[in-house]
Amino acid sequence: MSGGGQQTGRATASLRHRLAERGIDPTLLLLVPGLVVALALFVYPFSYGIGLTVQPTAAMQEQWGGGILANYVAFFRDPFVFDSVWLTMRLALPAALFNVLASVPVAMVLRHRFRGKRLLTSLLVLPITLGTVLTAQGLLIFAGRQGWINRALLEFGLIDEPLKLVNNYLGVMFSLVITGFPFAFLLISSYLSGIDPSLERAAKTLGAGWWQRFRRIILPLLAPGLATTFVLTFVLAFSVFPSARLVGDAMGETRVMSLMAFRAFGEQNDYAMASTIALMMGAVELLVVVAVLGLRSLLYRGTTGGKG
Amino acid sequence: MSDFDSLELRGVGRRFGGVDALSGLDLTIKAGEFVALLGPSGCGKSTALNCLAGLLPLTHGEILMDGKRIDTLPPERRGFGMVFQSYALFPHLSVEKNVAFGLQMQGRPRAEIDSRVREAIALVKLGEHARKLPGQLSGGQQQRVAIARAVVLEPSLVLMDEPLSNLDAKLRLDMRTEIRRLHQSLGLTTIYVTHDQEEALSLADRLVVMREGRVQQVGTPDELYESPTSWYVADFMGYRNILSATVVSASGGEAVVQLPGTAEGGARLTGRAVGALAAGDSVRVAIRPDDFVVTQDASDSAGAGAIPGTVSVVEYHGREHAVGVQTGDTMLHARTPTAPQVGGAVWLTAPVERVLVFPESLDAVVPVEVAA
Repeated sequence: MSGGGQQTGRATASLRHRLAERGIDPTLLLLVPGLVVALALFVYPFSYGIGLTVQPTAAMQEQWGGGILANYVAFFRDPFVFDSVWLTMRLALPAALFNVLASVPVAMVLRHRFRGKRLLTSLLVLPITLGTVLTAQGLLIFAGRQGWINRALLEFGLIDEPLKLVNNYLGVMFSLVITGFPFAFLLISSYLSGIDPSLERAAKTLGAGWWQRFRRIILPLLAPGLATTFVLTFVLAFSVFPSARLVGDAMGETRVMSLMAFRAFGEQNDYAMASTIALMMGAVELLVVVAVLGLRSLLYRGTTGGKG
Repeated sequence: MSDFDSLELRGVGRRFGGVDALSGLDLTIKAGEFVALLGPSGCGKSTALNCLAGLLPLTHGEILMDGKRIDTLPPERRGFGMVFQSYALFPHLSVEKNVAFGLQMQGRPRAEIDSRVREAIALVKLGEHARKLPGQLSGGQQQRVAIARAVVLEPSLVLMDEPLSNLDAKLRLDMRTEIRRLHQSLGLTTIYVTHDQEEALSLADRLVVMREGRVQQVGTPDELYESPTSWYVADFMGYRNILSATVVSASGGEAVVQLPGTAEGGARLTGRAVGALAAGDSVRVAIRPDDFVVTQDASDSAGAGAIPGTVSVVEYHGREHAVGVQTGDTMLHARTPTAPQVGGAVWLTAPVERVLVFPESLDAVVPVEVAA
């Protein structure tokens, strides 16, 4: 039979094959339960929350005007609320940056084999298992006015009065580093182990010193991973709530967005304003994430030669 | 760090947690020489190379270049070029930038870098791929980039660590010729690590066969091929039939041995004795498949003796046939111009000078450094 001949009779291909010809993959049906759950537990509540933001209370409308957008007007006009964007940024950006930058040298050193490596790695990662509340509690006891640090420093005569390490910006920063660093360290370690060690050996034989090897080989290959790690630790730090309240200055310099949303929700019973703040929180995070991932897309993102 | 007259390894050793990966390596390499380190995996050949490159610190011995110690220098200051089995190309840099990397590290002027990079890329025939990333090239092309990257620096020594083992058979042959051509045109002193004896024989001026971290034999390809000093080296040099045997009598450089693994309680063969042998010694007999003569009649077997067997496998290899002959519980490999009948009874015989009889123990063998 010639190749171009008319096919007659029933097709012998299986149903799966015939569906595939039309671009239908029955395996996709497995997604249905997941979609249902996502719709019920994420899409619906999220849309409901957005709906709430345009149903401001009468009091809000009266105070800020703007009709159904009164909550948004309030968000941008009320300095007590709007300043929280800056206050949260002031915590989350440096915390995320520090966690990523401090993880790089530690992860670099821990690539080598040495005695006690496993113990050291465990100690670095352990804080990830502590809840934020436990961390905050520990910080209050350890670094508070009557804490070990201050008592020891006073005892040795190094200071005259207790250092103020908690219930302020510094306390929240400590807590963000304690919980965020292990996370960043784990991620960066795995990105580093994905870089073929023979690349560095090759660079050595080509005459590159340690800084040149880092700057020219490791860093460019690690950069996309650094961006991803930064985004994840930033989001983690941006939504800080328990430590901002427990070891921070909740109505002052650590008046973060999540606290403001909680205040509107829990203290003022204004669900609409709480939703508005929560939504704006997401918007700010999204801006940073998009900016970082935008920069990341300019970098080399192919294989790194290693076990990946 | 440009040219040198001789590179000397004196008692070089490397210990990993109580195990000697390499010990007592003595070797002198002259400028322009192509030396191959040959051996199975774990024999210490890659360890030796990494020690030379400075990627592994020595635990024993020293490395001297024209009498000056260099084993204390870090790898980036030795000025050796290295080609890795995995190519180790920088995946985020184009072919050009990979090749330029070493020159940039030396802080050469831009114009010089550009012209030398262009030359090196042309040398490995990759001109049209200069701006591609390594991931867009085939395995053979990537290895050529790796070679260009190493030779563009005109290093005093090029180290190659099984550079062809990730390539398919045909490409391997082409690249082998390419490496030989580069060596001949550039005259760069090269140390080449491989487990493939064909590669070693065809490329090297001198071979170093290694076993368990020690040198087993050093010599030119010809010397090793024609007169291996141990059955271990013979095994690498194409003596595919290595049989356990016992010496019946030995005199005048010849030995008569009994092969217990063969049919009829042990055939007898006469062979050339390598080393001192006495009656009753355990030995290994080595015979190349091409040296076996397959006959239908035992009386053809001149003075060397014959092994009776049954043809069990015949493979067509173009001009000849590879024949597997079962005798007792061992399978012997032979080559014949005409295909014998499978299942037929045959006799295998070989000229006396082609049957090598080695002492069984390998440790007794003293490596012979042949002055080249």
